[in-house]
This record gives sequence, C-alpha cells and structure tokens, in this order.
Amino acid sequence: MFDFLSDYDDPSLLGAFWVTVQLTVFSAIGSLVWGTLLAAMRVSPVPLMRGFGTAYVNIVRNIPLTVIIVFTSLGLADIFGVTMGAPDDFDLQGFRLAVLGLVAYTAAFVCEALRSGINTVPVGQAEAARALGLNFSQVLRLIVLPQAFRSVIGPLANVLIALTKNTTVAATIGVAEAALLMKEMIENEAQTVLIGAIFAFGFVVLTLPTGLFLGWLSKRLAVKR
Amino acid sequence: MTSVLYDAPGPKAKRRNIIFSVVFVALLALLAWWVWQVLDDKGQLEWALWKPFTEGAAWTTYLLPGLGNTLKAAALAMVIALPLGAIFGIARLSDHRWVRGPAGAVVEFFRAIPVLLLMLFANEFYARSTDISSEVRPLYAVVTGLVLYNASVLAEVVRAGILALPKGQTEAAQAIGLRKGQTMTTILLPQAVTVMLPAIVSQLVVIVKDTALGGALLNYSELVSARGTLAANYANVIPSFIVVAIIFIIVNFILTSFASWLEARLRRSKRSTGAVLGAEKVEDLNAAEIGGSYGTGAEGKP
Repeated sequence: MFDFLSDYDDPSLLGAFWVTVQLTVFSAIGSLVWGTLLAAMRVSPVPLMRGFGTAYVNIVRNIPLTVIIVFTSLGLADIFGVTMGAPDDFDLQGFRLAVLGLVAYTAAFVCEALRSGINTVPVGQAEAARALGLNFSQVLRLIVLPQAFRSVIGPLANVLIALTKNTTVAATIGVAEAALLMKEMIENEAQTVLIGAIFAFGFVVLTLPTGLFLGWLSKRLAVKR
Repeated sequence: MTSVLYDAPGPKAKRRNIIFSVVFVALLALLAWWVWQVLDDKGQLEWALWKPFTEGAAWTTYLLPGLGNTLKAAALAMVIALPLGAIFGIARLSDHRWVRGPAGAVVEFFRAIPVLLLMLFANEFYARSTDISSEVRPLYAVVTGLVLYNASVLAEVVRAGILALPKGQTEAAQAIGLRKGQTMTTILLPQAVTVMLPAIVSQLVVIVKDTALGGALLNYSELVSARGTLAANYANVIPSFIVVAIIFIIVNFILTSFASWLEARLRRSKRSTGAVLGAEKVEDLNAAEIGGSYGTGAEGKP
C-alpha cells in the first residue's frame, strides 16, 4: 500500500517535510526580527518611520503571498539579480528567495500582533518609566516590549501556524517542500486519497503540537494583572 | 498607548527626530536609487512596457477577465462556506457529545491543513473520480479548497459570535419556554450574525488572496496567471507585477475599509447586546481563548 513511497527519494517524503520545517524555522526567526523592528517603527516618535511602518504593513498584508513569492523568483532573481549568495545553486537560491518572501509577508502580521501586545501594557507603566527619566528606546526595550511579548505568545502562535501552512506556497517557485512533492506524487500515483491523507497528517503533526505548546506557554507566561 | 511611550519632544528631541528622519530618508532614497538603476539597466522603465496598461487591450484581454475569475472564485467560496460554517459552528456548541466531537474534529482538521494541499487534492480527485470537464475543474478545485478551509474558520467565528452573547439571552428564551432549536434560530443566531459581520467581511480578504494559489499551481485563469500570460505577451515582468499587486491592494483595501466601517457602525448602533467581533479578530481566533476574551468583549485592554 505504501510501496510507491520508495520511488521518491529526491526528495523523500521525510526530506520534503524537513525542507518545510527549515522554511518555517528560518522564516519565523527572520519575520520575528523584522516584525519587531516594524512594530518599533510604528510606535516611534519619528513620524516618518511611523508612516513607513504603517504603509508597509497595509500594503504587504493586502498582496497575496503567492504574488510575493513568485515575484522573488521572476522579479528579484531574474531582473534585479538578487541571488541570495547562491548564484549557481538553483535549489538553494529558490529556498532562500522563498524565505525572503515569507519573511517580508509574515513580518507584517508579527508587527500587528506585537502592536496589539503593546496596547495591553498599562499606560501607567510607560508614564512611570518616563517619570524615571527613561527615553523612548529604554521604555520600549526594558518596560513595554518584554511584557508585550509575553502577552502576544498566543497570537504569535497563530502567526507561526499560518506561516507553517504558508510555506507550501514556496512550491510555486519549485522549492522541493511537502506541497511540491504531494503535487508530483498525486499526479503520478493512483492512491489519491492515501497520498492526501499522508500529507494532511504531516501538517497536522507539524501544526498541532506547536499550537498546543505555545498555547500552554502563553497561559504560563501571561502577565497576571 | 503609542503616544505615551515618549514625551512631547523638546528642542533636543526635535533635533534628534529630524536627524533620524534624514538618515531614514537617505536610506530609503538609496534603496530607491538602486531599484531605479537596476530597472533602468534592464530596460524595465521603457514606456513600451508600461504603455499596454494605458490602452484597453491589456485590460480587456488579460487583467479584467483575470480579476473577474478571482472575484468569482472568492464569491462562490464565501457563499458556500458561510452556511457550512454556521452549521459546523452550531454543531460545535451542541449538547450532545456525538455531534460536538466530530464537528470539532472536522473543523480542527481543516484548519490545520494548508489550503494549497486541499486544492491540489481536490483537483486530482475531481480528475479521477468525477466527470467534471477539465475546463472548469480548476475552478471547482479552487472553490473546494477555499470552502473547506474557510468554512472551518467561519465555524469558529460563528461559535465565537454566539459565545459572545450574554448568557441571559438563552436563559430568558428558556424561561418563556422556547426549545433549544428555537432559541438558536430566533434569538442567538440573528444577533450573532450582526456581531460577526465585520469578521466575516474581513475573511473575504483572506479568500481573495488565496485564490492566487489556484492561478500559480492549478492553471486557474485568475489575476496572477493572467499576469503571467500578459507578461509573456508584452515582456513586462516588473510592470505587470506592480499593476497586479496594486489591483489586489485596492480590492482588499475596499473590503477592509468596509469591514471597519461596518464594525464602527455596529458598535455605535448597539443593536446587539454582545461584543462586536472586530475585523482583525479572525486571524487571532484561538479555540482556547474564545470563551474568555470574546465573552467579556475586552479588546485586549487591561
């Protein structure tokens, strides 16, 4: 029943899911960094940076991820010559371009989650911090963001789960991850339902524990007020 | 909150802000200059590549039919997913475990799976097991994928909407002797629908964006694949991407604005007693949190 799986070894089923996991992890780290920077810009005292942050989030959120990912390949790589440090290795280049696209897209959602977290910190705390003479970056780094992060673990978990599912879009530029392998398998083999079930199961395995663990963590770390 | 993070700028802070602004603008300008340089080098700025968009042919042949197909798939998916979502949302609130359990499993299952997998599966399934002609099969596959995923998201929205209603509504209905079904259809659901409207409208943005998957991998001729044929014809990769992105931004911006207008209006009119499920709540829906945060209507504020 599972005989056909041995016909696929480049990538194998586990190999393809491993690429999915790698895409998720790298994009998650990247979008957390870039999303935090964007959130800092959106609450900063410099009007120009606020404007940039707002514009970025509103524009990027409304463009389909598919358009962004396809653009990294056809636009960034082919026209702008952005090879992400791998001009000869086409697979590696595709992988890194996909991460770039996923980071650019997911960061907008991370930024919005963080901003809502900043709103949960009581106003008095920021006022007290300012009364002590802390400046904007100190207030943000020492007082507000640590609490904001703890209160948005739940929403960030949802962003991470959405990101895990969104990595399938990398199949549009030929990154050898789970969705691309499923497309190939399902077209060649007769066991449509079985293959569908295998890949569905794979994603349930990836997303369910993440959700449960981070849900538990968000309750554990929530700032009790 | 954002304005209390810093004091009203004094002379020194004003100077510093100006310096930051100048550095920031310089960085942005540097990036823009590089982009412009590359585009110029590759001849992407030539008027011939942009000209098609000022004439009718590019729009009537490629972009408008593409946009039409995008909106068609999104509308179909929404119309089918809404009642399905309502049914599953209500089923999850059932008193009987044998209804609640399976409904919950189905909803959680389809929420955990990427839409793209659902579309790929549906496409192949229809090709092998049904006699849907290959011309409309991509549309069927795209709509199926979108319906399965969005119905389960909407089920959560419906559940949240019903749970957001005060408990007194149900108690009053029971007191005057309504049965469970009557309570649901005459008291709870009508109110929940108004509460949920903004969240439902903003879910449309997600659906519109997800139709693009069908164009990229299933050859469904929506806006993104229309861009492909257009660029193959006029050799204008960058301009076509920019125009298509702008179209998506405009469509989704209209939907988002409509959702927040609706939300503001519902909050003002206060016709329902429950909290209003905001436009941005859909993505935050977390099964464990629904009872707590929506029940109180505390918008994440302390």
